[in-house]
Amino acid sequence: MASIDIEAEIRAEPPARAPVQRVTLLAALSWFAAAAILLLWQDLTFQPLVRELALIWGAVGVALVALGLAGSRLGRVGRWTALRAPWLLAIGIGMAVWTVLTAKTGLLPQPFFPTPQALLEVFIYDWPKILHSASFSVWLLAKGFFFGALAGFAIGVGMGWSRAVSYWATPLLRYIGPLPATAWLPLAFFIFPTSGSASVFLIAFSTAFPVAVLTWSGIASVNRDYYEIARTLGASPLFLITRVAIPAALPHVFVGLFMGLSTSFAVLVVAEMLGVEAGLGWYLQWAQGWAAYANMYAALFVMAAMCSGLITLLFRIRDRVLVWQKGVVRW
Amino acid sequence: MVASALKTVPQAAGTEINIQTVSHHFDLEGAPLPVLDDITFDIEPGSFVALLGPSGCGKSTLLRLIAGLDHPAQGQIQVAGEKVADPDPSRILVFQDPTLFPWRNVRANVALGLEAQGTLKSEGHRVDEAIRLVGLTGFDKAYPHQLSGGMAQRVALARALVNRPNVLLLDEPLGKLDSLTRMTMQTELVRLWQQSGLTAVLVTHDVEEALYLAQRVIVFGPRPARIVADLQVDLPYPRHRGDPRLAELRHQALGHLGLDSSW
Ligand SMILES: Nc1ncnc2c1ncn2[C@@H]1O[C@H](COP(=O)(O)OP(=O)(O)OP(=O)(O)O)[C@@H](O)[C@H]1O
Ligand SMILES: [Mg+2]
Repeated sequence: MASIDIEAEIRAEPPARAPVQRVTLLAALSWFAAAAILLLWQDLTFQPLVRELALIWGAVGVALVALGLAGSRLGRVGRWTALRAPWLLAIGIGMAVWTVLTAKTGLLPQPFFPTPQALLEVFIYDWPKILHSASFSVWLLAKGFFFGALAGFAIGVGMGWSRAVSYWATPLLRYIGPLPATAWLPLAFFIFPTSGSASVFLIAFSTAFPVAVLTWSGIASVNRDYYEIARTLGASPLFLITRVAIPAALPHVFVGLFMGLSTSFAVLVVAEMLGVEAGLGWYLQWAQGWAAYANMYAALFVMAAMCSGLITLLFRIRDRVLVWQKGVVRW
Repeated sequence: MVASALKTVPQAAGTEINIQTVSHHFDLEGAPLPVLDDITFDIEPGSFVALLGPSGCGKSTLLRLIAGLDHPAQGQIQVAGEKVADPDPSRILVFQDPTLFPWRNVRANVALGLEAQGTLKSEGHRVDEAIRLVGLTGFDKAYPHQLSGGMAQRVALARALVNRPNVLLLDEPLGKLDSLTRMTMQTELVRLWQQSGLTAVLVTHDVEEALYLAQRVIVFGPRPARIVADLQVDLPYPRHRGDPRLAELRHQALGHLGLDSSW
């Protein structure tokens, strides 16, 4: 009864005053403060784009004021800002502190710690090159990861299924697998016709090892009863591999894919720095040659976005493929 | 609803099972462990036989031999006059655990046999029939972890029945259920057996269950298993659990198991 009464009360209340999000308004204040510091406090040395950056930060502040006042009336957007408001506040404060420490007081020495304005300048004037580098890196990584995952999966399935494959592959995997792929780098650049193909090989190599090992152990740990049940139901050996062993091993395979993706990032960056004349790793190296520190931070920023984006993508794919695991295993 | 579903299921003729001087042993750390000792008996086509015996005596082993999952060390087993060599969808074993495939939903689990035999396209309607038969309509899309123990066991039963087997081998399929669900499922088993006409072989620890369900109860002694008694349960279906004749047979069976003093 009580709950019904409360519901009736909620319905009776006029929906006019949606609650204002106070933390979001506070966040707006922090962005305004950052913009004010940027504009009103004299820079130690000449800095580009001061007004433009202040305008951007001010715009963020205005947007946050609007969001904060609109509150929960905005539905999904409102809920998102409510959830992220503390972060938005912290980032605003971070911008202000960064400005003070670099441009205004020089407590963090130039040019090793660039000012926010300098970073903005890099993105405004060098974005075509950064974008091109990033897309090159993603493409290189995608090729290597694809072939590596495919090869690792095939090797793992073969080892899990066939005694003969396991006999020959296990010692090789044990002996060669733990070697960091980057150790092959000098040889690979020598053997392969192009540095691009060498990098694809190295990335594939570093991906294949964890995928193979995890696929193999996944298939080895499949409940024997599944096979017996499938056999009494008339399953052929091919059916046992594709419809029993592989689906049962998939959770392990995804663990291998995550491990492979993480190691392939390292190989990618090293390969780009040492041989390939493109990509974010190369951009980093190139920027270092010019002592362009702001460019290096910009490249790092984009690289982090790329890596975390790819990991997130793999998570999404896994959640989709392994829906049946929800409730069986807590992630 | 159930009755109409059953009409569409053609009678799968139960087949005869001949177990001829079968002995079997396992290797346990180098030494042979005898499990079955010279077992011989015949099961009539379309009958319901229960195998009763102490734990570890070799009942499951015998079912696995009939299913073709293992091969007897000595003797042979014939089903429908042919020697059993390999597993076949005409003889289906239902394990004590439902052992559903967790990555397949109920429908896909039940469809497993037809998919494996490559007849899912033409015979897909049998999947719905089997699901209806075990009373799980509406749960097609549920994954195994979303089912109760009794429901999971019924899916396992549907997964077997969809193949229209001639022989259904049941290895303590109700062992893990609570007593209420268990009694309901016992009644359902009798109904399914009567309406499909298949040969049913049930392994159980439970004397009451064996006598309530089967037309004939074969009692095994401790390992290595030998037949110590072969009881005919001459009662028509549906049976009543309180029937004095059942109580009498129970006394006999417990006596053969060496437990009559407890009665
Ligand atoms: N694969 C195996 N390897 C070695 N020994 C086995 C194997 N399977 C069964 N055994 C042994 O054979 C004997 C009979 O096993 P079985 O599973 O047939 O018994 P059971 O009668 O079904 O017992 P329960 O009623 O407890 O299920 C047991 O002692 C067991 O240890
Ligand atoms: Mg058993």
